[in-house]
Amino acid sequence: MIRLTAIEKSFGPVRANSGANLEVTKGEIHALVGENGAGKSTLMRILSGMFRPNAGRLEFEGKDVTGWSTADAIKAGVGMVHQHFMLVPTLTVTENILLGAELTKGGGRLDRARARTEMKALIERTGLSVPPEHRVADLTVGEAQRVEILKALYRGARMLILDEPTAVLSPPEVNELWRVLRKLRDEGGTIVLITHKLDEVMAISETITVMRQGETVGRLKTAQTSPSEIARMMVGREVVLAGGGEPTTDRRPQTADHRPQTPALLEVRNLTVAGARKRSAVDNVSFTVAPGEILGVAGVEGNGQTELVEAIAGLRAASAGSISLGGRDIASVSVRGRGDLGLSHIPEDRHERGLVLEYSVAANLILGQQHRFTKRGVLDARRIADHAQSLITTYDIRPADASLPAQALSGGNQQKVVIAREMGGAREFSMLLASQPTRGVDVGAIEFIHAQLRAARDAGKGVLLVSADLNEVLALSDRIAVMYGGRIVAMVPGASATAEQLGTYMTGAAA
Amino acid sequence: MIRAKFEEALLPPIVALLIALLVGDVLILSFGQSPAAVYRLLLDGTWGNAYGFGQVLYKATTLTFTGVSVALALRAGLFNIGAESQLAAGGFAAALVGLALPAGVPALVALPLYMLAAAIAGGVVGGVPGMLKARFGAHEVITTIMLNFIVLALLNYLISTRFSVHDTLHTADIKSGALPRLADLMAPFHGSAANMVLLLALAVAAAAWWFLFRTRVGFELRAVGLQPQAAEYGGVRVGRVWWSSMVLAGSIAGVGGLNYVLGYKHYYEEGFSAGAGFLGIAVALVGRNHPVGIVIAAVLFATLSQGGLAVNALVPKQMVDVLQAVVIISMATAVPEVRRALLSIRPASSAKATP
Repeated sequence: MIRLTAIEKSFGPVRANSGANLEVTKGEIHALVGENGAGKSTLMRILSGMFRPNAGRLEFEGKDVTGWSTADAIKAGVGMVHQHFMLVPTLTVTENILLGAELTKGGGRLDRARARTEMKALIERTGLSVPPEHRVADLTVGEAQRVEILKALYRGARMLILDEPTAVLSPPEVNELWRVLRKLRDEGGTIVLITHKLDEVMAISETITVMRQGETVGRLKTAQTSPSEIARMMVGREVVLAGGGEPTTDRRPQTADHRPQTPALLEVRNLTVAGARKRSAVDNVSFTVAPGEILGVAGVEGNGQTELVEAIAGLRAASAGSISLGGRDIASVSVRGRGDLGLSHIPEDRHERGLVLEYSVAANLILGQQHRFTKRGVLDARRIADHAQSLITTYDIRPADASLPAQALSGGNQQKVVIAREMGGAREFSMLLASQPTRGVDVGAIEFIHAQLRAARDAGKGVLLVSADLNEVLALSDRIAVMYGGRIVAMVPGASATAEQLGTYMTGAAA
Repeated sequence: MIRAKFEEALLPPIVALLIALLVGDVLILSFGQSPAAVYRLLLDGTWGNAYGFGQVLYKATTLTFTGVSVALALRAGLFNIGAESQLAAGGFAAALVGLALPAGVPALVALPLYMLAAAIAGGVVGGVPGMLKARFGAHEVITTIMLNFIVLALLNYLISTRFSVHDTLHTADIKSGALPRLADLMAPFHGSAANMVLLLALAVAAAAWWFLFRTRVGFELRAVGLQPQAAEYGGVRVGRVWWSSMVLAGSIAGVGGLNYVLGYKHYYEEGFSAGAGFLGIAVALVGRNHPVGIVIAAVLFATLSQGGLAVNALVPKQMVDVLQAVVIISMATAVPEVRRALLSIRPASSAKATP
């Protein structure tokens, strides 16, 4: 149905695609896999008409359509569901789906009756159930995604491109998505799924295209391959899979009773944090983290994890409850003060919080510790440079140039900058808040980051690990708390926890 | 890499100037004049003689203050549209101190007092929007614009009812601490308004550079301007940076009032700011929010406004206002496109290299 041959695409000096090929046959689910920065999204944007390739050929149903526009692509039936939803939250589901293709009845008046019947028919035909009269702002993430899919289908898409569609979904929502995609395929639709989660690839796809560094390195039949083979192609060498394939056995032996024996390092008691709406984002949460322990927090994103971590870090005010670090109440201590008391924080969003993207790597390596690098208020350039050099070497940050702006680095190296600063910086830490520490990071860097977290735990430090990646939580945690609706609905020992068990808690079903 | 940085900093203003020249050509031709003749007249009347050059330096002095004021706030992520009233308030406060001081107080004693008064007055006018922003999230563009009206009207009222010399709109003369004009040292500058506040402007620009790029507070201020959430994460109190940078920006604009009040007329006159605060926004934009760029841009805009008077015989002097506007519009719109295009063919690594 579609064939991309020898695609080249550069953004300035950055070569996003070079020798990229993709062939998708009609009526299949095709997985496009690769690490972050492998050029998957760029290739899909070329396919959907957002970018024009520098070289190469794009064929659609046998016709050369190289360099077509988004309008051409939509007309031909190619629809894209973006990772970040392109919906207007204050409009209803129906209005969002019709946006840009409104039904009118002369004089520019909207034909609401026809819109209603068409929506009903569309939803029935596709089996994608969403309440058409609800505002998008009131939908769950899974529902919003279905609206995106409906939008593409309404415009006559016969080929759907989904960019990392499961990143924000709970396990049951993922299963629901798979059901929908299979149904679409059975009715003759074609689906391209961009992902880097290998278990998903194995579960849903028929054919796999693997990309590495902008290049297509292989095309496989799912039935004839294994996760480790795909991983090897993605990275270009052998990797240890943490979950997805076979879980690592690097879990610490558990004590008979899972409660920590030593006094708690971090103690959170009856913590409540106000949310955006009336509901509390964090609702009466209590837990402790002991020295030498990794407490994992599992949960579908948006169930209060962000607010919990930010309240502990001092970035968000708690409306009730107490937080103490090493026995000291830190409720009224500033962000900087908490850092000086030994609290390190890997924030979930390194682009918003963790890094000042236009600042140099050296400057980012002192962010939050800048007061330790000054002499009477003046920055000590020499010490900042030495500090940067030593961290770049220790944490293998590439390219090894401290004067580059952080935005010039790959996602994995950006995260290494954050980790180097928080774990190897100028201050000693006793407690680490690690929020989504491996998000958007390539497989090689994931191994490195996991090793760092384990090393911190083994050195007697406390770690609070929040991750949307269940396999990560399972692989690293000594105990696992599951958050749902702002509450901790389960606390289970890491050694005996299973994905199925946690998955049930994550949906609130077993609460 | 250094070359790329250089191009990135200089190309946009140069392109903006070329566009302005082109528009200028068309305008001049439409008046039936020769562009070459008009531009020659413009240069002769500004850089061509000591008086004209002195006037350029005088105007550039005020623009440097207001430009640095706007740029400093912008570095903290705030758009200070209030430099106009901060400038006027600074000048007014200095004049009040001048009226209170007895005659014959040496400049060495009087000058710090004038500076302090001007800085406090400008700082208060700048600080109020800063506080409103930090405390209530009120948008500083709205509050600084509105405060311009309030402060300028208030000053107008005070001058016309209480402080003016009969039949004028200015205060009585200040008797002490007058600063020498350039003409006192170099005779050819005779008649031009350029004075020693010029050195103060250069010192302020240099200090602003050092503050922004060498101190911890400057590091934190720029972080707030680029990514407030990251700054907050880095232990910076964002609200405090907001209001304190507005106080600082206001006080710098305020001290700029000395150029007229202390260096030129020796009294405060209603309306002396004459748009220099607003032009400071353009100066900051064209100068890329960098103190060195601001000094250059201030001289450029000063040349254009002085040049307007010189070319008045051939074309209306408003033509120069049009040129200034074209420079601003080009900088604000067309040129970022050029810059983006430029960046896409240059290594991303050289995009920006702030410490």
